[in-house]
Amino acid sequence: MEFETVIGLEVHAQLKTKSKIFCGCSTAFGAPPNTNTCPVCLGMPGVLPVLNRQVVEYSIRMALATNCRIERVNQFARKNYFYPDLPKGYQISQFELPIARHGWVEIEAAGQVRRIGLTRIHMEEDAGKLIHDPREPVSYVDLNRTGTPLIEIVSEPEIRSAEEAVAYLKKLHAILRYLDICDGNMEEGSFRCDANISLRPKGQAELGTRTELKNMNSFRNVQRALEFEERRQRDILLEHGKVVQETLLWDADKNITTSMRGKEEAHDYRYFPDPDLIPVVIDEAWIERVRAAMPELPDARQARFVAELGLPAADAEVLTATRELADYFERALALYPQAKKLGNWIMTELLRELKGEDGIDISACAVRPEELAALMNMIEQGTISGKIAKAVFVDMLATGKPAAVVVQEKNLVQMSDTGELVRLIQEIIAANPQQVADYKAGKTKLIGFFVGQLMQKTKGQANPQLANQLFAKALATD
Amino acid sequence: MKITPEETEHVARLAHLDLSAVEVHAMTEQLDRILSYVAKLNALETEGVQPTTHALAIHNAFRADEVHSSLTQAEALANGPQQNGEAFVVPRII
Repeated sequence: MEFETVIGLEVHAQLKTKSKIFCGCSTAFGAPPNTNTCPVCLGMPGVLPVLNRQVVEYSIRMALATNCRIERVNQFARKNYFYPDLPKGYQISQFELPIARHGWVEIEAAGQVRRIGLTRIHMEEDAGKLIHDPREPVSYVDLNRTGTPLIEIVSEPEIRSAEEAVAYLKKLHAILRYLDICDGNMEEGSFRCDANISLRPKGQAELGTRTELKNMNSFRNVQRALEFEERRQRDILLEHGKVVQETLLWDADKNITTSMRGKEEAHDYRYFPDPDLIPVVIDEAWIERVRAAMPELPDARQARFVAELGLPAADAEVLTATRELADYFERALALYPQAKKLGNWIMTELLRELKGEDGIDISACAVRPEELAALMNMIEQGTISGKIAKAVFVDMLATGKPAAVVVQEKNLVQMSDTGELVRLIQEIIAANPQQVADYKAGKTKLIGFFVGQLMQKTKGQANPQLANQLFAKALATD
Repeated sequence: MKITPEETEHVARLAHLDLSAVEVHAMTEQLDRILSYVAKLNALETEGVQPTTHALAIHNAFRADEVHSSLTQAEALANGPQQNGEAFVVPRII
């Protein structure tokens, strides 16, 4: 039997505010436990949470970037559950009246462009962090993260494969980074994802029983966890078994999903409007102000790179994958206006050196875009050959030195001194009478041999075009 | 009755409270009195009245995104029934 996979994703993105959503405590990551807390985020009785305006501003940005309808009136609600990472006994979230609904993003997977619907975006506070003691039956509670602003972005169950799920996540990730509202660090938990997945016989309208997957802290883990769960459910259904609706944790070491019984027991959140927080009303003027200040988004930038710079679509996609990389490219382009050549260099020489598991961190690159442009210009002007430039670049990455300094220190300037080259050429011709005779008899391909000899003598510093010309001339007149 | 003993037990379970049979009985009676009192509101004719979440006719009370000083670690932990000097300590959950 053929099955269709149905996936819906919930993404939690921490917003890049300085202070928490309802109090003035810092959101900085990595502070000593319980040093960024106050009576509000500790959930003391009698305190009053007051909404950080920047959280609303950032949420509007995301809503506009994902084609959502912004709800003019929205409201916070209490999601009640009793768990030690949440000192109040409830999480302040949005329920019936979220800030945005009915959006979409476009993704490309398996060569197909598809539109994935967004059900809603809502604002909420993050919970604290629990560390479980490996030996004692206790857990340690750190409430620094409690109250960090989050937006939760919920997709429609319109994703049909693990590959599409990753494409969708990467698109949201890129948009959040382009908007500069989330740092997107998956390891530190600034960008987290839960997935709902079910299978149904192809053609059936009714959805199958779903499971919820958690604990996938990289794009690669999302893909592997969904592929695993897809196979697991298919095997159950093929044997006429029943999929149990439950929450599963991805175990990245063992490559399996495991049941997370216990916390599951009751999803009875008893939402109600939070009496401490008055409604948020967003007027047209506010939306227009945010819209006017929106940066160029990844799709638009990619299209511009194709239309205005003449880059192939595949190159434009790679170069716009992150805002930082696209900025890097454009800063270098301003000083070396040859988009295709520059793009090739970045995609081969630069990205090869910087590639990590979850993409590229251009901010870690020791070579500034201005210096890359300087290097490219040295090739263009014939100061160094393309081959030597590659070695120079590796040196620049390792030492952070400017191109000109590396070239000078290593004495790599290309030899374009005709007199000196002619002298060396005469030596080579004198030393290789057989090859000279063969060349004159018509084996003109031997020019490569002669140039190679010259390169050896000059340690690669002879200007290759000039060497070709000089050999051709010398061998013709000899 | 506005609430059954089963519902009281359910709510107690959600709050991780262990109630004896006697306590369930007493709580159910008390909760029932509270709910019956609040239920008087249902007598009002609310047809055509917009649902509201607040009695105040204001909206958009914001604070600027500014960091203020937090409590010290010792102050933050002071009310914890069990703590180890840097974190609250609770019975293991998972």
